[in-house]
Amino acid sequence: MNRPLSPNSWQYRELNAKTPGLSHLSDALISLVEAGEPVVAGSADLQYSNGLNTFAARYPERYIQFGISEQNMVTAAAGLATTGLKPYVATFASFLGLLCCEQIRMDVAYCAQPVRLIGHHTGISLGFYGTSHHATEDIATMRAIADLTVVSPADGPQLAAAIKASADYPEPIYFRIGRGREPDVYALDTPFTFGKAIEHLAGDEITIFACGMTVHPALEAARALNAQGHSVGVIDMPTIKPLDRAAILAAAARSQVLMSVEEHNVLGGLGSAIAEVLTDEGAGVRLVRHGIHDEYSLIAPPTHLYAHYRLDAAGIAEVAREAMGLRKAA
Amino acid sequence: MSARELTLPPDARPASNFRPTAETLALLREKARFVRLETIRLIEVAKVGHYSSVFSAAEIFAALYYDVMDITHGEPRRPDRDRFLMGKGHAAVGLFPILAEFGYIDRETLDNYTRLGNPLGDHPDMRKVPGIDFSSGSIGHALSAGLGMALGGRMQSRAFDVFVMLGDGEMQEGQVWEAAISAAHHKASNLVAIIDRNGFQLDGAVDDVMGIEPLDEKWRAFGWEVHTVDGHDLDALTTLLRQVKADEAREKPCCIIARTLKGKGVSYMETEPGWHLGYLDPSDAARAVEEILNRTI
Repeated sequence: MNRPLSPNSWQYRELNAKTPGLSHLSDALISLVEAGEPVVAGSADLQYSNGLNTFAARYPERYIQFGISEQNMVTAAAGLATTGLKPYVATFASFLGLLCCEQIRMDVAYCAQPVRLIGHHTGISLGFYGTSHHATEDIATMRAIADLTVVSPADGPQLAAAIKASADYPEPIYFRIGRGREPDVYALDTPFTFGKAIEHLAGDEITIFACGMTVHPALEAARALNAQGHSVGVIDMPTIKPLDRAAILAAAARSQVLMSVEEHNVLGGLGSAIAEVLTDEGAGVRLVRHGIHDEYSLIAPPTHLYAHYRLDAAGIAEVAREAMGLRKAA
Repeated sequence: MSARELTLPPDARPASNFRPTAETLALLREKARFVRLETIRLIEVAKVGHYSSVFSAAEIFAALYYDVMDITHGEPRRPDRDRFLMGKGHAAVGLFPILAEFGYIDRETLDNYTRLGNPLGDHPDMRKVPGIDFSSGSIGHALSAGLGMALGGRMQSRAFDVFVMLGDGEMQEGQVWEAAISAAHHKASNLVAIIDRNGFQLDGAVDDVMGIEPLDEKWRAFGWEVHTVDGHDLDALTTLLRQVKADEAREKPCCIIARTLKGKGVSYMETEPGWHLGYLDPSDAARAVEEILNRTI
């Protein structure tokens, strides 16, 4: 009866120990509190999924459990902000960026309250949980909201750096983050600047723009292609709004073809935002937009989905090769 | 409204030490009249507006701003002021003249209500209008915003209270009940919801469009202290609001159901719910003004 459970068994409350990448959000918020920032945090019955349980245990008086009422949480966060506090509230991106879209517009952005919204497990990272738990539209909804900054960190260290940098940022922010299992691209404490693209590789043949979980596989793909003699660039676009237009135009001048890759519908996301800049400026270079092609994802474990939708390194390399075949005539 | 609904439960009977003096009552009556008259004047500028939604709430506005709330003339952003939010943001035209009296907005701005670029529109905007504690217009959000303010005040050990006026049709919005369950759970005793139970919404009687009764039982079941009061009886209303504000022992949020009459003060509006939204030709407006001046509510 009292036989101990196998070490392979785990339950929800052990998720943090199993997923070290989840610690970045709480750790960054704790460091803000320690620095004297009036930070408060809220979650909607997902504190073990976003790791805020660590913050809640450390600062219970600064933590609000909202239960399964995401819309109430977002509006209440705006109310909290009016009293001088800096609220960080988190839930699945599918609920935050879609279910709470109107609360974010009316109560956070329109009221200009410095609320930080953290939409986690975005894209198709919840795999076989299915479409209700996927968010392949949240960049589109959030970037259409005036006075809202949209940030898609590539990994935990970049998230932590962006959270720390957000302390004095004047606008509300929507953070679009993964599930805490993305391989690290950045070292801890790499400084983060809102609105700045990060060029990892410069490429004459093609430049790949990536954000969020696609940055790491895009870099892997580029390195593999460059080892075969290609000239492939990679630019991380962690801030989707405001977009680093100069970085896009510089790549457009340098590369023969451009490509975007995102864990999001190709309609309305990073690729669309880049395309807007290219047409605004008459850049005259082809952009291949890669991502989820206006469909609902299949059911599968996340890594299987990334392979299926060509969002892993091999898939991105394949799409990049196809794109290079479309390069403008020399 | 049925006779049963108008019979007040014992908890609405005021404790005598909170009762306003005859002098205060006379002032509040004058202010409620002022709200109605200004509403007619400003809607003449816009050529359309929510007359009857303001008229049902005129005594609530008067009691809160001229007696109950801790606010200061000329200081709309004092950190420890009491907060007021309107779930029924479409009644803001009745609030703007009060804000002008408090020196939060100037006379010229008020007189140019809804004109190009003016900060004053049909719904209140906190970014543009000093004295508006939270923007509204999308029904159902205000109680959540008020809850956030109440929790923020408590977290920072600040003593202000948060008053949220809600429409009765607003009870049909799901987010109201998310906020209700949450406020009770978090024991937001500095949060007071005032429901303007005027019985009508755009498409007709609330009870016909989407019934919300038994309203008092619903709020009690959600963990709130509930009072019912005649929302036009300034004596009872002010006494109750003073009592609720002074109650330091309460551990629950408080809900006041104010039984009101849509269009109160203008006879033909009291019998025609269509006046939720409309326009009065100056000749008809003159009749309404005459009635408001000559009637005692």
